[in-house]
Amino acid sequence: MRSDVLTGAWFMNGDIAAAEGALAAGCRFFAGYPITPSTEVAERMAERLPEVGGTYIQMEDELASMAAILGASCAGVKSMTSTSGPGFSLMMENIGLGVMLEVPAVVVNVQRGGPSTGLPTLVGQQDMMQARWGSHGDYDIIAYCPNSPQEMFDLTVKAFNAAERYRVPVFLMADESVGHMTERVTIPERAAIPLVNRKMATVPPSEYQPFAADEDLVPAFAAAGQGYAVRMESLTHDERGRPVLTSEAHWTLLQRLHNKIAMHAHEIAEIEELFTEDADIVVVAYGITSRTVLRAIEQAREEGLRVGLLRLITPWPFPAWRIVELAEQVKAFLVPEVNLGQMVLEVERAAAGRTRTIPLAYPPGAIPAPERALQAIREAVK
Amino acid sequence: MTPDLEGLQEIHPREELLRADVLPHIWCPGCGLGIVLNAYLQGMEKTDIPRQKRAIVSGIGCSGRAAGMTKQDSYHTTHGRPIAFATGLKLGNPDLHVTVFSGDGDLFAIGGNHFIHAARRNVDLKVICINNFNYGMTGGQAGPTTPAKAKTATTPYGNYEHPFNLPWLAATCGAVYVARWTTLDARRIRDSVAEAAQKKGFTFIEVVSPCPVGYGRPNRIGSGLDEMKFYEEKWELRGDNWIIQEGANPKEADIDLGKAIVVGKFVDIEKPTFLDLYRAQVAPLDAQRRNGEKPAAPAVME
Repeated sequence: MRSDVLTGAWFMNGDIAAAEGALAAGCRFFAGYPITPSTEVAERMAERLPEVGGTYIQMEDELASMAAILGASCAGVKSMTSTSGPGFSLMMENIGLGVMLEVPAVVVNVQRGGPSTGLPTLVGQQDMMQARWGSHGDYDIIAYCPNSPQEMFDLTVKAFNAAERYRVPVFLMADESVGHMTERVTIPERAAIPLVNRKMATVPPSEYQPFAADEDLVPAFAAAGQGYAVRMESLTHDERGRPVLTSEAHWTLLQRLHNKIAMHAHEIAEIEELFTEDADIVVVAYGITSRTVLRAIEQAREEGLRVGLLRLITPWPFPAWRIVELAEQVKAFLVPEVNLGQMVLEVERAAAGRTRTIPLAYPPGAIPAPERALQAIREAVK
Repeated sequence: MTPDLEGLQEIHPREELLRADVLPHIWCPGCGLGIVLNAYLQGMEKTDIPRQKRAIVSGIGCSGRAAGMTKQDSYHTTHGRPIAFATGLKLGNPDLHVTVFSGDGDLFAIGGNHFIHAARRNVDLKVICINNFNYGMTGGQAGPTTPAKAKTATTPYGNYEHPFNLPWLAATCGAVYVARWTTLDARRIRDSVAEAAQKKGFTFIEVVSPCPVGYGRPNRIGSGLDEMKFYEEKWELRGDNWIIQEGANPKEADIDLGKAIVVGKFVDIEKPTFLDLYRAQVAPLDAQRRNGEKPAAPAVME
């Protein structure tokens, strides 16, 4: 019998670390469907949830998996699913439901090469824009990009905390290389893992309005079975949860769903910077690419080139303000990604012509080689 | 003598169970949904399940609006997914009594996969399907239960697909309770809801319901009541068209023009639920946890 927090130092696979992060964060329900390269997350949860009094269910598909974790979360249980591209596509429908009903939940996407079945066992970073825009309608979302098994653990905890804090589905946008990487993972003492639980309703049930937000724009939550007669409505609704199908009501709701993330974007967003103080070139990278590009940056520094790294720990919300600042300083941004160019569009948007933005598209299916990045850096400084 | 109404308050008879703020509702005159919703609410009142432990989940369509009309924990979800959502809700809090209230298109076309798997797992959910043979909300298109040859907006020359036999489907997938009624059987629906509520496991009640606007009109059936009478009289083959049977063979419960509609209770069995089996599987771990046994050696290397 193992505890929910496996305090200690481990030699651990990234997918397993994500599962351990979830358990440490208080996750007690997992619904999923097997898919490479995320299956180890589900397998670990199937093994571990019974040990900690939680429930694991393998659903019939990813549509159902996403719906089920929202249902469990509505019962008041921290819930998670894990998947990869094809499953992520199927989850989009109920990710939108999670946004609309404001249900905390965590989705781990261990990205592989797409489109369609693509490269099931090989790395990709091609779902970054899908994470932002994949479900229909406008909404804001939170996503984390781990670049090590340690971060698979740490950022899963943060993903749960953000989901609980802002009542929104949160993504862990891993990639196959990081998910299948085995490295040292240090799991802290329980007391050293800060946990956030959703703000619960404190008013009497007769006064409770499921979508009446406080100043932070996040409504207080009431779980099923607590006597609050919660009314969760996927149609456009008012604060009581009553369907109101007017442009005005829709605009009010849409703005709050956007603003509850946007007004906290600086709190949520996380970046890591290396050598950016004097940089002429800033490489913007995330996930596995932020690991391999380091060698190129170090080599370039040895060659006397002033190159820095801006790592996106949260691609969403995108830390555009830092790009805006750096745009005044640098000659160019270089954006290596294992896709045809996705986050580079966001960098380019934020830079807004103040400096050059250079895409560096790595083909999915292979770990991005530092040599190409080094060559691109050399050309960028010219 | 005129009754003295002074001091009397105008109040809906289900005031305690319905949210008045959704009125006027969107259902068409002659629609059967109100009858089924009322029968469901009455049926639940006949049980000893506390109101605050009752939850209702709906999908999309006319029936999707039912959840939000009821004064209890209610979830209006996505098209076809109420069973999947309800599975999570139930497993998240096994003390809840979770009803899925939805239509034939939602449950058996877009949501068919979730239905068969929840029935197979015997998740403790109470599914009520209002079968009106068409997609009413979108204007009367053909669906998975539209009878052969019936005219709809998408089968203008008559339906050429084989329809589902829902009781048979539910029975073969493993439901522990299967019944079919019509909106002419309001009390039987009520009693069936109460009976199913007391059972552990996946239960299924189909209610054949009129849709005078979406289905009745293109088939020149008339009003909602006309539609029900039509089923009762015009489809009659065996004398009494509504054949009420206990333990009828669900295989013979297919609905076809020119054939009697079999109603009644088809299945009433006992078998362990998903959670029963899950708990049995993990019981040794629970015992260890209660006894505070030391953690076993981790599966990963230090």
